[in-house]
Amino acid sequence: MTQPTTGVHRSYGAEPAPYDHPSPTTAHEGARSAPPNSPSPAATSTAGVKRARSAPYLFLLPAAVLFALFFALPIGYAIWLSFHKIEVKGLGLGKGARSEVWAGLENYTAALGDSELGASALRIAGYGMIVVPVMLGLALLFALLLDSERVRARSFSRLAIFLPYAVPGVIAALMWGFLYLPDVSPFFYLLDAFGLPQPDLMDGGPLYLAMSNIAVWGGTGFNMIVIYTSLRSLPAEVFEAARLDGCSQLQIALRIKIPMVAPSLVLTFFFSVIATLQVFNEPTTLRPLTNGIPTTWSPLMKVYNDAFTGGNIHAASATAVVLALATFLLSFGLLKASNRRTKQGATR
Amino acid sequence: MPIVSRHRRAVSVATAVALGAATLTACGSSDGGDQAESGPVSLTYWAWAPNMDKVAALWNQKNPDIKVTVQKQASGDDLVTKIITASKAHQAPDLVQAEFQALPTLVSNDALADISEEVGGAKDKFTPGLWQQTTLGSDAVYAVPQDSGPMMFYYRTDLFQQYGLKVPTTWDEFAATAKALKAKAPGKSLTTFSSNDAGLFAGLAQQAGARWWTTEGQKWKVGVDDAATRKVADFWGGLVQEGAVDNQPMYTPAWNKALNTGQQIGWVSAVWAPGTLTTAAPDTKGKWAVAPLPQWDAAKPATGSWGGSTTAVTTDSKHKAAAAKFATWLNTDPEALAALVKESGIYPAATAAQTGGALAKAPDFFANQPDFYARAAAIAKTTAPAAWGPNVNVAYTSFKDEFGKAAKVKSKGGFADALTAMQAATVADLKKQGFEVAP
Repeated sequence: MTQPTTGVHRSYGAEPAPYDHPSPTTAHEGARSAPPNSPSPAATSTAGVKRARSAPYLFLLPAAVLFALFFALPIGYAIWLSFHKIEVKGLGLGKGARSEVWAGLENYTAALGDSELGASALRIAGYGMIVVPVMLGLALLFALLLDSERVRARSFSRLAIFLPYAVPGVIAALMWGFLYLPDVSPFFYLLDAFGLPQPDLMDGGPLYLAMSNIAVWGGTGFNMIVIYTSLRSLPAEVFEAARLDGCSQLQIALRIKIPMVAPSLVLTFFFSVIATLQVFNEPTTLRPLTNGIPTTWSPLMKVYNDAFTGGNIHAASATAVVLALATFLLSFGLLKASNRRTKQGATR
Repeated sequence: MPIVSRHRRAVSVATAVALGAATLTACGSSDGGDQAESGPVSLTYWAWAPNMDKVAALWNQKNPDIKVTVQKQASGDDLVTKIITASKAHQAPDLVQAEFQALPTLVSNDALADISEEVGGAKDKFTPGLWQQTTLGSDAVYAVPQDSGPMMFYYRTDLFQQYGLKVPTTWDEFAATAKALKAKAPGKSLTTFSSNDAGLFAGLAQQAGARWWTTEGQKWKVGVDDAATRKVADFWGGLVQEGAVDNQPMYTPAWNKALNTGQQIGWVSAVWAPGTLTTAAPDTKGKWAVAPLPQWDAAKPATGSWGGSTTAVTTDSKHKAAAAKFATWLNTDPEALAALVKESGIYPAATAAQTGGALAKAPDFFANQPDFYARAAAIAKTTAPAAWGPNVNVAYTSFKDEFGKAAKVKSKGGFADALTAMQAATVADLKKQGFEVAP
């Protein structure tokens, strides 16, 4: 135990010494030159207090400016856009034919009344109901397996499970898209060879499974690492005590490990719900491969479509604000609910 | 005292932030367009055609006083939005490449300048059907046509022979051919009805005489579901419902394979098809031939166009005359056109350039048909006029969604409903934008 500590000290000792221990001459000179420069001792002290008081604000300034410029300002602009619209005169050709006017809540009523937005929300709800439980279930299972005592090739397995997360979503969707298309997929070739039925994975109900599969494949590794890290940081005494009490590995996992990593389960759940609400890459990449995915499959696709295909940034901003509010309310609600449960657990 | 000083500090911070923002805005709005008119002029050009910079280099060599810099862009709907956004910020380049159907949208956003005075003389170099699309039916001229995509019918000569099929000259014959093929080889299709490229359907409707956007006084009239388009939708809906043609989208790995293995033995496409076939179906080289599109009325041959773009000058350009001069040179000068054909692989809109030069020889993939471009030029002359409006993108997106659904369930009635929905979506969007729409 002592070895590393001395090492640390030694390495600090190697740093230039003068800063830590100013030489007597410099200190002396500084003290001697100070009185003629400063007007009076009282003034020096108020200036010092002032400087001390403004210091936190100065430290905050860069963050505040960045926050204002790159977060608050764009959001404010999006909200401003969502309350405006383009008004066209006549055929709308030529100069001055278009002007930006106040629209009130028009864009919002249009967005909320749009059946496509409701349909896309339902679609991602169905998608999320598959993705979130399956992905988190697998992540937890893998994390517990890796954390168990008798696991072999731990770091290899960890890397293998995590690796899909490093594959960009668009690439993953393209790869899976190839595997889903009956005419080019090796799986369908095998199904055909054995005379088995060949499901159409790019349409209807199976489409949800196909789309969820891409998300589960890509996201499990990340969530597994989060849960695994928190498993590794649990104190060993608890498990020792449990073993002495005669707990089996399975009981330790179910009764001790899972309750103790509950906060990270909440966290991963939280991330997964937000990722589900923002799903865009996979359906957009798969869309050209099939007749089964409309351009408004997910809410974000609808926003993109309104803004960059329809050229209506005002409607797109309103939909984006609605989506952001929904995400905010949903995640806030979830967080509150989970907090209440943890508190209840603590009092019990 | 502490309250006051804290307050003052807050004010000064706010001022600093505001000043910073003001400086940033100032930086953003000055767009380097303020050089003197006398010196050499610098123009920027947004284009997606490959190797456009090499063609511009030819111009720069000969015209040291007007320097054109090409900035490569991605083609498609996003570029239209990008140009409109840049134009709103008064940051648009001097020249842009724009597809024919995007012109009304761009003009309606006041992004394109009227260059009728500068380029009006070039009118005779193009077919009236193409030129008319750059004027939007007015006295103004908003662009110079660059390339066009006259539609043609491609088929596998070897497989047509094997199954005893005749090249269809009318759409009735086309339907009969599709059914005859299905009877002889159920696994094969004459072609596919794809819902992922509205340009093909628009071109087929154009051939049938559809006019999707027209004006009545100060009102737009939308004819997406006019009689001609309805005829086309019913025709393809019927073929898809019977299973006579495939319903899978184009440009997928599965489609490439179908072409390459001879599962799809024909393709309703445009003059640029050899390029697509070269990459999609490399094993079928020399086995294809081109024929005119089947006709609705054999006595009045017509074709649609699928693809094709123009060079336009933006309203932001400080040097419109110089930009228009370059646009004219690029699309009418024999040397420039030869370079465009050779370097960018386009099919020129200028009639004189459609034969001879680099187009004297058939594409490698069609070496078996030496008169490929002579045929193409003859077909191009029959291009029907097209009519575009200010929300083509919305109609095209609606096409993808609605006809995707219809093709999926393979029902003729679904095709008719899809067309009705497409019309409704287009009209609703125009009204929402505040356009007046004639009933």
